[in-house]
Amino acid sequence: MTAEMHRPPILSVRNLTTSFRTDGGWKSVVRDVSFDVRAGETLAIVGESGSGKSVTSLSIMRLLAENASRIEGEVILNNRNLLALSEKDMRAVRGNEVSMIFQEPMTSLNPIFTIGRQISEVLTRHKGMTTREARAETIRMLEKVRIPNATSRFDEYPHQFSGGMRQRVMIAMALASRPKLLIADEPTTALDVTIQGQILDLIKTLQEEEGMSVLFITHDMGVVAEIADRTVVMYRGDAVEAGDTADIFHRGQHPYTRALLSAVPKLGSMQGEAAPLRFPVVDTATGITIAPPPAKAPLGHRQPILEVKNLVTRFPVRSGLFSRQTGAIHAVENVSFDLRQGETLSLVGESGCGKSTTGRSIMRLIEPTSGEIQLDGYNVQRLGSMDLQRMRKSIQMIFQDPFSSLNPRMTVGQAIAEPFLKHKLGGSKEAAEKTAYLLDRVGLSGAMMNRYPHEFSGGQRQRIAIARALSLDPKVIVADESVSALDVSIKAQVCNLLLDLQESLDLAFLFISHDMAVVERVSHRVAVMYLGEIVEIGPRAAVFENPQHPYTKKLIAAVPVPDPARRGIRRGLADDELKSPVRPVGFEPPARQYREVSAGHLVQMA
Amino acid sequence: MTAIAQTPIVEKAEGSRAWKKLRNSRSALAGMTIILFFTILAMAAPILPIPDPVATSWSAIRKAPSAAHWLGTDDLGRDILSRMIWGARASLMAGVFSVIIAVAIGVPFGILAGYFGGWVDLVISRITEALLAMPFLIMAIALAAFLGPSLSNAMIAIGLSAMPIFVRLTRGQVLSVKTEDYVEGARSVGLGHMDIMLRYILPNVTAPIIVQATLTVATAIIAEASLSFLGLGQQPPAASWGSMLNVAKNFLSQAPWMAMWPGIAIFLVVIGFNLLGDGLRDALDPREH
Repeated sequence: MTAEMHRPPILSVRNLTTSFRTDGGWKSVVRDVSFDVRAGETLAIVGESGSGKSVTSLSIMRLLAENASRIEGEVILNNRNLLALSEKDMRAVRGNEVSMIFQEPMTSLNPIFTIGRQISEVLTRHKGMTTREARAETIRMLEKVRIPNATSRFDEYPHQFSGGMRQRVMIAMALASRPKLLIADEPTTALDVTIQGQILDLIKTLQEEEGMSVLFITHDMGVVAEIADRTVVMYRGDAVEAGDTADIFHRGQHPYTRALLSAVPKLGSMQGEAAPLRFPVVDTATGITIAPPPAKAPLGHRQPILEVKNLVTRFPVRSGLFSRQTGAIHAVENVSFDLRQGETLSLVGESGCGKSTTGRSIMRLIEPTSGEIQLDGYNVQRLGSMDLQRMRKSIQMIFQDPFSSLNPRMTVGQAIAEPFLKHKLGGSKEAAEKTAYLLDRVGLSGAMMNRYPHEFSGGQRQRIAIARALSLDPKVIVADESVSALDVSIKAQVCNLLLDLQESLDLAFLFISHDMAVVERVSHRVAVMYLGEIVEIGPRAAVFENPQHPYTKKLIAAVPVPDPARRGIRRGLADDELKSPVRPVGFEPPARQYREVSAGHLVQMA
Repeated sequence: MTAIAQTPIVEKAEGSRAWKKLRNSRSALAGMTIILFFTILAMAAPILPIPDPVATSWSAIRKAPSAAHWLGTDDLGRDILSRMIWGARASLMAGVFSVIIAVAIGVPFGILAGYFGGWVDLVISRITEALLAMPFLIMAIALAAFLGPSLSNAMIAIGLSAMPIFVRLTRGQVLSVKTEDYVEGARSVGLGHMDIMLRYILPNVTAPIIVQATLTVATAIIAEASLSFLGLGQQPPAASWGSMLNVAKNFLSQAPWMAMWPGIAIFLVVIGFNLLGDGLRDALDPREH
């Protein structure tokens, strides 16, 4: 550590101020930010959306549209001020001295060229290699980022790679020119948690092997704790705090840093708690923490409001000239569980595990293939279309993306009142009253009902979506990744709101999420899904403190924990990919046996 | 639909917001002014102090613009200004009504195809493709010949020929809007197909349709001209800009003004509709400020 302190900085950012042109002049989005990245170290810039962290990295690379932005200050790389270079000289810096990887691996590769060609191009352009040399070097790079069978995959196209493998390709491309500095802008945010663990390990390993510096931009305090030597916290365009990662975590001074850290769900923080616990609230201005109210006593024995037995949902895969069915996606396979009033059951798993399909099948937004669903006295499977619409009074859904879950052409008031009026629960006067009440209830104001969704922030929109779901007084709410897209502090607030509502309205939540830390916080019971099946289900404490199934263990181990003491850890995760649930026609999965570990804690036997 | 319209929640109709935004757009206002100018001119034709548009004069054949004939005369000695004003009726009507026909048929079919998918989509899309395979003008000519020569039949023919474009466009838009969470959300609160199509799909696909419609008005004005030339549209001696232009092309070197005025008028009206369309697209989108 001390040795690192004396190393000269590779990159020095001095008084960086970036402004964008708006109707009325220039609006600064990054103000007076200064930091150094030293040789061989990892500096993290952490902040929520709108904090200016990505704009900072784009300013360093000068990737912002020139006529619409203005960058002031100094960005010194190897004694040269990048802001003073010509565009031509800058091109020689990008991808050569400084490389960048982005958040979205699915769109950052050109789909019409093979990945080999895309990486070789960097080498032939910046290093003047011949095509043959470049090919050999590219294969070496692909091996370096641990892509299995690198030689044979050289000539494959991006669509033949999974998200995690594409991010490896992106990293290989970024490292091909042996840059001194790698800028990683949320490189793991779009990835599943086990894949995220692999990529973080990979970046750490490569950093050691190559001795490069990393500027890591993220919103995830867990990732920061794991990867960064030093951290800069950004808030609304200002760098509010900078220092050693451990100092920031343990002795953070700025109220915002403290607020951010207290809002981060921490896996393992719920040991010994009997029931879901609200997040503590920290005032971002004063830094005063308001402790959450103590957890309620655990639920007594209650009748299930939702019972699912042997639910199966498969989607046909068709191909060929006559669209013959060639296989099926076994999205949900033989899933059974029940949900009691006032209880939260979480379905956790990674993308493609069938957790969302399960939620949609229960509401019959997707037709299940077979199985039995009892909801509040309805036999959901057998309902005709009129009864189905009536049934939907009992079960409502909250979606992930608050930006696409509200009709942009309807006012908030219309959106909330619509289900109420449609189901003829009252006249227009009652609807207006109810809407105002619900908006107050979710922490907004009844006066906002004439506004359109675009006038609200993401967190506020999610509150509106919750208000809408509540307008029918449902008994069960399916929350499909409902807090995943929100910033940490907003996420904590919305989770608290959901817990408040559950307590006062006795709601049952089917909480679908990939975020283990949030799940641990809000659930009574947890079901872990893998390839369409529940592999482990039980009370939250049992599943998290005594995981039995190997997949559950792997999932828990992969979650980044916001504790800087884990800076050095390597998970040693195998570099495998998520398996596909596509099966040939006629495939019948083997009958599964479950073993009971403790009361209500069931684990699938291999 | 009706229930929600009665709620006090919707006091501030979207229309007034859109109108306010439209008024603030200078280009949209310019477009509207142009269209309004020609529309008023066309409507006022019977009361304006202009010569009879069909009165021929052998002594004033192909005269250049002068005090007696402000815009000159044509090959039969008819006053071009008068014919321009009367012709505006035919051209504007042909443009607007045929697009109304095309939109009124095309958009609902497009929504049905996109929303329901499956065999509904299969049938509608195959028929649309078959219609699109025929060149627009050829189809309009065939339909107009089948229906019989008159201005209203020409409008129907042009409308039907332009319709497949709207089916295709709408279907594509619906396919992308359909995947938005709010459509699934509408299902999950128990709304029926009709509600979803009218209140969730339609309002969110209108923007490109409006733009396409304004462009098609321009195409339709020109198509009407072609049909008139073949004797299938506006019947002589009554005037339309298209038929004037078609006659004028035989005298381009001797009497360029004959072609110039209808050309400028078509150009202006087309620009007007385009400016208005762009403005409408922005104004109708609550996300844009």
